[in-house]
This record gives sequence, structure tokens and C-alpha cells, in this order.
Amino acid sequence: MKPEDLRFAKTHEWVAVDGDVATIGVSDFAVKLLTDIVFLSLPAIGKKFVPGESLGEIESVKAVSDIYAPMQGEVIAVNNTLPDNLTLLNESPYEKAWLLKMRMADPSRLDNLMNYADYQEHCKSDGH
Amino acid sequence: MKPGILKMPGFCSLLPNHWSPVIYIGHFPMPYLFDTPEQRRKMFEAIGIQSIDELFAQIPKELQLTRELTLPQPVSELTLQQEMEQRLGQGGTSLKTCFLGGGVYDHFIPAVVDEMTARGEFYTAYTPYQAEASQGTLQAFYEYQTLITQLTGMDVSNASLYEGGTAVSEAVFMAMRINGRHQKVVFAATLHPEYRRVLVTYFARLGTELVELPHTNGVIDPAKCRAVIDSETTAIVIQQPNFFGCLEDVAALTEIAHEAGALSILAFDAVSPGLLKKPADYNVDIAVAEGQPLGTPLQYGGPLLGIFTCRTEYMRKMPGRLIGKTTDRKGKDCFALNLQAREQHIRRDKATSNICTNQGLLALRTTVFLATVGPLGLKQMATLSHQKARYAADLLTKIPGVSLKFNQPFFREFVLQTPLPSADVLPALAVRGINVGPDLARFEISNVKDWQNCFLVALTEKRTRSEIEHLAKALTEVLKS
Repeated sequence: MKPEDLRFAKTHEWVAVDGDVATIGVSDFAVKLLTDIVFLSLPAIGKKFVPGESLGEIESVKAVSDIYAPMQGEVIAVNNTLPDNLTLLNESPYEKAWLLKMRMADPSRLDNLMNYADYQEHCKSDGH
Repeated sequence: MKPGILKMPGFCSLLPNHWSPVIYIGHFPMPYLFDTPEQRRKMFEAIGIQSIDELFAQIPKELQLTRELTLPQPVSELTLQQEMEQRLGQGGTSLKTCFLGGGVYDHFIPAVVDEMTARGEFYTAYTPYQAEASQGTLQAFYEYQTLITQLTGMDVSNASLYEGGTAVSEAVFMAMRINGRHQKVVFAATLHPEYRRVLVTYFARLGTELVELPHTNGVIDPAKCRAVIDSETTAIVIQQPNFFGCLEDVAALTEIAHEAGALSILAFDAVSPGLLKKPADYNVDIAVAEGQPLGTPLQYGGPLLGIFTCRTEYMRKMPGRLIGKTTDRKGKDCFALNLQAREQHIRRDKATSNICTNQGLLALRTTVFLATVGPLGLKQMATLSHQKARYAADLLTKIPGVSLKFNQPFFREFVLQTPLPSADVLPALAVRGINVGPDLARFEISNVKDWQNCFLVALTEKRTRSEIEHLAKALTEVLKS
């Protein structure tokens, strides 16, 4: 997947939409900020989230950050091999390092997500 | 090696190499100064003599002592200490005999614990800032963690929390982080009432329901527990032995918790693994304890030591400091703080706890203590404490009107009921040189009849037969008057 085809949250999650299913990952920019990632925790299938709730945690040698749900929905698939292959987050943030798939409660409500160009602007202005 | 002498495995490098600690609880002396026949032979060889007598050859025969010194047989450190305390008593010092229970216990502490911890290199209350600059301190805590995992059988121990009560509450917070359930916490009515009060304080404003599992004749009945634990329950909190001294069916309670997807949190007695099952044997998820009995004096109830352990898979949700071993750039072993990214200075409000240090000095005491007594010494402590508790219970219940409140197996502590209010009995015993209790009327505990006439009696390896008999005699007198 090319980043140009994705949507982005202010909190650095990316979303690929296919019907009512959203695939969620963490942006290349966020991964670079975190540097060496040492641990990732993901939710169980069947868990339901509202926007802004913590889906899981990503831990680097510098910090632990939450991964936030970009929309309301239920987890239907989890990339279980990822926690044991964390370098994929650096190597392939938009392909192999997807985190989970959610069935969205309302696929029309994605207004809070940015396109890639806007997201790049957001990253510049984010004070980093 | 003499029977009863225990060589510690090499992991405890706190102690000097030439010094082989031995157990002290039983009847064996503590040979801190080594003088084995083999060592003598080597020294003789080095200076070229055949026997010790040759060293004294130049002293005229008539000046030499030809008999053994008239000294008593060697005694254990504990026996010596007891004798000195008895002599202090004869001089008019009013040392009371301690049968106090209810969370802190008067166990024996070898003098080496004070000696080692009072060293200037170690003597500080906390892990220093810039912790890695204090390699000796970190090594001591690393060894503490190793000893605590051996004691409990659990996978991971942190470098300690402040005391047993907050460790229970921290364990509940940790369970919430693990299973994401925040609605309900189930705790045994037999949990220490002060631990319960800390729990209530911690959770007062969080909207979490704290549900008490009532006890039946002093213990929790697992059959009644199933109905209370549901899919909203984050964890069950059990104490072993419980506040009344009775033994709980921890394995059955844990299984019921796991069936509902809840975690099992155990507050265990730190000495009990010497005789009872280890916390890990019950399959619990988090095991915590008050560490005071392992090398810290009573100190009027504090400061204390919070032991905190869990399974590997929950390690990242664990509060507190964690020391790890690694190698420095020259390839030598060194020690570092681990998983710091979860602590307050980095994670702020999302930190695993607002406790981000440890109870350094007391953890150090525990390290020296456990390294000195070893598994066999702990077993002796636990066994003697239990046997003496058994003896005391048998003796005390022969007094007319005196009975055990609960007819249950116990470890080193039991609830005694007398015909008079404890508020009258305990001060009268204190006048006779005996501290016993606490008076259970102090605590809010539901579902116990005649509570004001009950108090706790705790026994440790330190109590002698004559002290126990003195207690029985004094109680008989008090109840007659």
C-alpha cells in the first residue's frame, strides 16, 4: 500500500478502508520518532473500541505510547506475528506491519482522518 | 560438612568468598571464623609445623594450661541472643515476650544482617538517582529479585514496593491493566483488614465495585465464590494464611477466578513457603507479601517491605523498579534498571504506578537474611514456628473457657477466644510481661460472634517452651481474677 492511498489520524495511525473494514497501522513518521521499538501489545479479536480509546501500546527504548482507535468498531483480525517481528515496523510500515482490522460501526464517519499531504503538513507542525 | 550446615549456591556474591554462611535456627553454632581440620593442615604446612602445640613450645610447661577451657558448649546465635535477653530481664529491663501477630512477626534476625546493611556503601533508603552509578546497590537488588523468585516460584520479582498493603492495591491496578476490566474487584473477607482499608482508599474515587467474599468458619468456601466472580471481575484477592491464621484453598479459588477470566492475586506470608506451598504452586498470577518477617525488626509496625511478583507474560504491566543484568562495553557483567519507559518520569499519568522507587534498605536486609538462612534455614523457621503454634494452641485451649475461634488448619498464628473481653485480657497479660494480640475488636470484620473476646496469638521460632508455658500460666491467672 502506498501512503498516498491511506488516511491518517493526528495521533499517527494510518487507516486503509475497504467497505466497512478498516486496516490500521502506525505511520512511518511515528516509527522513526520512536527509534528502536522493543515491544508491541495488541487487543484481542472481538474487542470493541470507541474513537480515541487505546487499542494497544508500542514501546521503544525511549518511551511507551498508546495506539488510539481512529474510529468506532470491533476488532476482527490481529497481526499476531508482528510483536515477534518488530523490525517490520521499520521496514514495511504500510504493508507487512499492519496491526489489526476493525469492522467499522459507521464507515461514513471518517472526517477526522487526513490525507497523506495534510498529514505530512501536520507532522511538520507537530513540533517534532 | 556437618549435618545442618548449608552452603549457599554461588549467586549471592554480597558475602565474602571465604565465608560460608550456615543455618542458625537449630542447634548448630555459626562458625563465621573458619577452622576446619583441613584448613589447619594447610596452615601448618605453610609455616612448617606438625601440630598446634609446636607454636607454644617456647612457653614453659608449668605455665601452660593442660586442660580444656571451662566454657559451655557452643550454642546457636538464637540461643545466645535469648540467653542475653533473659539476663537483661534479670537486671530489671522490661523486655516483654512477643506473641504479637496480625501482619508483622518477631522472627529471628542474625547479627550479620545489621552488620552488612550498616556498611556505608549500602546504607541508603532508596535506589539512588543515576542508579547505574551504584552498581553494588543494583547488584544487591538483582540478587533480592533472584531470591524472591526462588522463594515464591514466580517468574519475576520487582525490586520491592513500600509494604504489603499497598502491594495488594498495586496488584489490583496491575490486574486492571492486564485484562482491561475496571468494574469489579472481589476480595476475601479474610484479607488483612488494614490491606482492605488501603484497597478502599485507593479505589474510593474510581467507580470500581469492591465485593467482599464472606468467610465460613474462618475461611472462604470456594463453592460460594463462583456466584460472585463474573465476566466483569478483574481479580480476586486472597490471603494465605489468612488474617485469622487459617489456610485457604487458594488453588480452588484461583481456578474459579481463571474460569471467569479474572486474575488471582495472592497476599502470602513471607515465611510460609518454608513449610507450605509456594505461591506459584497455586497457579496465581500475582503474588505479593509483607516482607518484614525476612530480616526486618518489628519497629512498632514500620517501615515495612512490599514483595511483588508475577508471571513473565505480565511483566510489562508490573509496577516498581526492575533490575536486570547485562554486559558493559568491555563485556563484563553489569546491572541496569529495566523497563523504565513505563515509569512516571517518562510515562507520566500512564505510568504503571506512582511508586517509582523501592524500599531499598529493607530489600537489602531481606537479601542478606535470605542468603544467610538459605532454603533449609527458612524451612526450619517455618517448621519450628508451626510446631510451637501447635503446642501453644494445645496448651492454651486446656484453660477452662478458652478455645480456638476457628476449627481450621493454621500455620503460626490463630484466633483465641476467652470468656472475657480482650480489652481487659491483653493489658493484664502485658503487666505479666507478655505482649499478645492484636485485639480483634480493633478491626471491622463481619460475621464473627463474640469478636470482642478474641485476639490473635502468633508464634515464631524465637519463642521457647518456657515462654509458651508462662503465657498459659499468665492467661489462667488473668481469667481467674
